[in-house]
Amino acid sequence: MFIQVTGLTYTYGRGRPGESRGLSGVSLEIRKGEYVAVVGPNGSGKSTLARHLNALLLPTAGQVLVDGLDTALPENVWEIRRRVGMVFQNPDNQIVSSLVEEDIAFGVENLGVPAEEVRERVEEALALTELSEFRQHAPHLLSGGQRQRLAIAGVLAMRPSCLVLDEPTAMLDPVGRRQLSDLLQRLNQSRGVTVVLVTHFMEEAAQAGRVIVMSAGKIVLDGTPPEVFANFERLGELGLDLPAAAKIARGLKRRGIFMPDDILTAEDLVREVIKAAR
Amino acid sequence: MSPVIRVENLTHIYSPGTPFEVTSLDGISLEINKGEFFAIVGATGSGKSTLVQHFNGLLAPTCGKVWVCGADAADKKVRRDLWRRVGLVFQRPEQQFFEETIFEDVAFGPKNMGLNKGEVRERVSKALRLVDLDPEQAGKQSPFQLSGGNMRRAAIAGVLALGPEVLVLDEPTAGLDPRGRWQLLDHIESFRREQGITVVLVTHNMEEVGARAERVAVLNKGRLALQGTPREVFNRAEELLALGLDLPAPTALMRKLREAGLPVRADILTSTEAEEEIAKVLSQRGTALRI
Repeated sequence: MFIQVTGLTYTYGRGRPGESRGLSGVSLEIRKGEYVAVVGPNGSGKSTLARHLNALLLPTAGQVLVDGLDTALPENVWEIRRRVGMVFQNPDNQIVSSLVEEDIAFGVENLGVPAEEVRERVEEALALTELSEFRQHAPHLLSGGQRQRLAIAGVLAMRPSCLVLDEPTAMLDPVGRRQLSDLLQRLNQSRGVTVVLVTHFMEEAAQAGRVIVMSAGKIVLDGTPPEVFANFERLGELGLDLPAAAKIARGLKRRGIFMPDDILTAEDLVREVIKAAR
Repeated sequence: MSPVIRVENLTHIYSPGTPFEVTSLDGISLEINKGEFFAIVGATGSGKSTLVQHFNGLLAPTCGKVWVCGADAADKKVRRDLWRRVGLVFQRPEQQFFEETIFEDVAFGPKNMGLNKGEVRERVSKALRLVDLDPEQAGKQSPFQLSGGNMRRAAIAGVLALGPEVLVLDEPTAGLDPRGRWQLLDHIESFRREQGITVVLVTHNMEEVGARAERVAVLNKGRLALQGTPREVFNRAEELLALGLDLPAPTALMRKLREAGLPVRADILTSTEAEEEIAKVLSQRGTALRI
């Protein structure tokens, strides 16, 4: 078990006026190599949960273990952050250098890794994120999507076994979003990187192997995308959406046209509609 | 309908004559009509932000002309006042909050217009009601106590309080959950109708363009690549995809169905339209209704 969260409670502004529960007794386990999407309305606790996974936030109650290491112990933080890298929404808040390859090297260098190995890791990160041709460019001249890939490259150079991303595509255009999704799929499938993706985009969640739905600081649904998106009414109550293909499939079903329950992608829907047309 | 914004051969060059010179806009011409809901889409770097900053006088043309509310924006005097007539809401506007109460924050703009206390209060109340926030609570709450979606609405109220004739919004729904997104768009639509405000929406979200915009302009590398109603523009799917843009998910789906041999219309904008069209075509082919 790679990540174990037990009875996690987090209270914002504890003891001060306006204190509020960010998380209420959350328990979950994430295995190595899983690709998990975390969705939920604003204020549901998704980002709060994500920030506990690399000890950015510490539990008010309960426990978070990363690869057996307790996040609450200060002596574990360094090791935990080597294993779990975090990527946030705004790439500009994560880029520190004025040269792409220097920015990627920044974190690695701080690990005290020998220069030869730094170069090797930077090369690898550039290749994985397809930024090699931009190695000598200034980050602020790259597109938003490229800058977000740069932020990821910097994290990848640390060779984490897990990536936690908090709405990484929120500020990207459609091409940028697609490129990032492809990158995450590649990292997960060919490199076995565990991915925890907090997102508002249901189409992105549909690509994960597992979807966790949060509401008001609790986990309310947890399963494969078909299992979770089958809960149409519940998702609607939470103010969440279905991927377009699932919505259309449900609509067709209501009109008396037979559609299986597990339609999520455009390809699924096309296949079933063509079948129905015969 | 008369154009409230008219752009004629607009070119904008950043840092001209230096090694960092960049032509951000290259001979763009377009018109936005009064009271219209107009969308501007394009990949990052296509010039969208540069273009809309000419509408409120933040930028002046390098070549070409921009007419806003009938006045030539090249005139410094005109540009000086444009910030009131054309409200520009940047991305993540709630990051600009700095006052202790929502009321004070929304009042900032009107105060800077030199209005008296009573007028300011009236403007603030009206603006808050336009986005469905309670003016009574506004005096007691800090902007930072609001939920993400409400913060966004309060920030927009701050611009509405200026009484603009045109509201330009840059990705207003970015970072909001689905319910928050559609609620905000509903609010924008309702005050557009009530106040006759022209709305210019800069966005990457094609579903929103399909669902709300009356016309859309597609920018590519500083040029106007496509223009028309959403239905017209999304019908030119190959061109959009070649420009690195997306179709709304329902539209893309219908195209795939056509490619697979089902004769459905591809100029579909929403999931509901898609469902109706698929059901229609299936029933025409005599598909038995089985549950």
